[in-house]
Amino acid sequence: MGLFKEDLKITPPMGRHFDPVDTSYDAIIIGAGMSGMAAAIRLAMYDKKVLLLERHSISGGLNSYYNRRKRGLDVGLHALTNFAEKGERRKPLTKLLKQLRIPYDKLELTSQFESQVSFPEVTLRFNNDIELLKSEIATQFPDQVGNFLRLLEHILNFNEVALDNKLVMAKDVVDSFISNHLLREMIFCPLLIYGSAWENDMDFSQFVIMFKSIYLEGFGRSRGGVRRVLELLRERIEEVGAEVCYRNGVKEILTHGNQSVGVITDRGQEVMASLILSCAGYPETLNLINDQNDTKKIKPRTGKLSFTETIFTLPEKPASLGLNQTIIFHNDAQTYSYQRPQGFYDKRSAVICLPNNFIDDDYQEGVYRLTMMANYELWKKLSQDKVAYNEKKTEVLQDSLMILKKYMPALKSEEISFQDIFTPTTVEHYTGHFGGCVYGSPDKSRDGTTPFKGLFLCGTDQGFLGIVGSMLSGISMANLHGFMNPSLTTDSSTNITTSSL
Amino acid sequence: MEAVEVRKFVLDIIEDIALDEDVSNLNDDIALREQLDLDSMDFLDIVMELKKRHKVEVPQEDYPRLATMSGCVEYLTPKMQ
Repeated sequence: MGLFKEDLKITPPMGRHFDPVDTSYDAIIIGAGMSGMAAAIRLAMYDKKVLLLERHSISGGLNSYYNRRKRGLDVGLHALTNFAEKGERRKPLTKLLKQLRIPYDKLELTSQFESQVSFPEVTLRFNNDIELLKSEIATQFPDQVGNFLRLLEHILNFNEVALDNKLVMAKDVVDSFISNHLLREMIFCPLLIYGSAWENDMDFSQFVIMFKSIYLEGFGRSRGGVRRVLELLRERIEEVGAEVCYRNGVKEILTHGNQSVGVITDRGQEVMASLILSCAGYPETLNLINDQNDTKKIKPRTGKLSFTETIFTLPEKPASLGLNQTIIFHNDAQTYSYQRPQGFYDKRSAVICLPNNFIDDDYQEGVYRLTMMANYELWKKLSQDKVAYNEKKTEVLQDSLMILKKYMPALKSEEISFQDIFTPTTVEHYTGHFGGCVYGSPDKSRDGTTPFKGLFLCGTDQGFLGIVGSMLSGISMANLHGFMNPSLTTDSSTNITTSSL
Repeated sequence: MEAVEVRKFVLDIIEDIALDEDVSNLNDDIALREQLDLDSMDFLDIVMELKKRHKVEVPQEDYPRLATMSGCVEYLTPKMQ
């Protein structure tokens, strides 16, 4: 029995061959994450000869899927953020589909029912219409309504994607509007855990990106989940003729002075290109440069935020157990602690994702996912001892069930038909991200530049967030560094990338 | 090349770029941006499609001449002879 009613065929990734056909390309893309795939499509659309190198056997990077016991399961994103209806103008989702020439209907997108932020004794519900959140705040925090509306206006008027925005801490800005500590913490909770590479705060531009994508546009899901999105990207890559090699990543980036000139693949082949775009992450990309003289002046830090994720299935769907929410942001204190925990994981807070609870539910059974913040170093050390590692994973499952039972007392854990637990080392293993970090380095490069000419970043360390953000990042960086006149990029980059969002 | 053919070429390009929009009732004298959801990145695509499909180069200083359909036709017709 498959997980989906309409069993999605698991298409083998195209271009199964391991080695690049040629030794020279216009552009090499490191990593078939969503941003790398989007960049490959854009560049190949306008006749660039593109090579995409992926170390793993499937695409998706941080947002991918796997198959276990005939079930196809999503990993990474809980939902697609930046939901938009067909034809909605000037929305990030609409823009990215247009740039990649993917018709909206092919996404088979469906919207969430309703989500919530749950702190002790206070719950704020929200959906893809901001009016619900406004009315929730009016009920729960009547003295803050005016403040919230002023914050909202400030957010709507803010150009969050200008590449020259100064760094401002979001909590400082929000505190100048919202005077209630609990409300501030509740507003921040989903925004931090769905995208911040920093602990406990974020850059205000990032805050606005997240606020719009979650509270103003909202959550959606493609029929078939993340693999639908990846299928569409793979189809386009094939149509535009970019070359993809799986199970063959980049071992080394070749440089000449401060110019990148090509790469050596994992399998030892030297391939040259004047343009290299990497979605491997900032520290991970610089680490590929064999720099004898250590001329790298910039040393981006490894992110500290990683997670455990518990996935399990039950014959019963959450709605029949009394739970209609799509995503629940759970926190059991007045303050939300978003930081690397002291212990293996932090059970004081969690994100519960119920992928059945979108308007169109194509699952055959109930699927339950629960994410908690975790400490990479501790898990890494423990993973040397298989028995202890597995015992700790069982502990994660037990605590996940405890949290879920608060919302779903009718849950019978003995009926669990499938379960799996990811840890920070799982993330590290499959994505190659140092420290198993999910939102990349706290040091971003907004315009994608690195200390090396010809080498640019796209994806999470360029700084756009979510899967829509990641694809837009690939598009923007491909446009900016692949097509714009290099002499113009400093002046026009702001305009081009700004208007891309 | 006839103006009517040039218009058809431009319309084909716009139709492919604004793929979820109806382009059949465009007013040739009103800015394309006002009628369709096109931004500067999409205009860059129009320019790149013109180069790819019809080998016509449009220098950046001439981009404003592509603002309306009639502007496109007027500007491109002599270039596409």
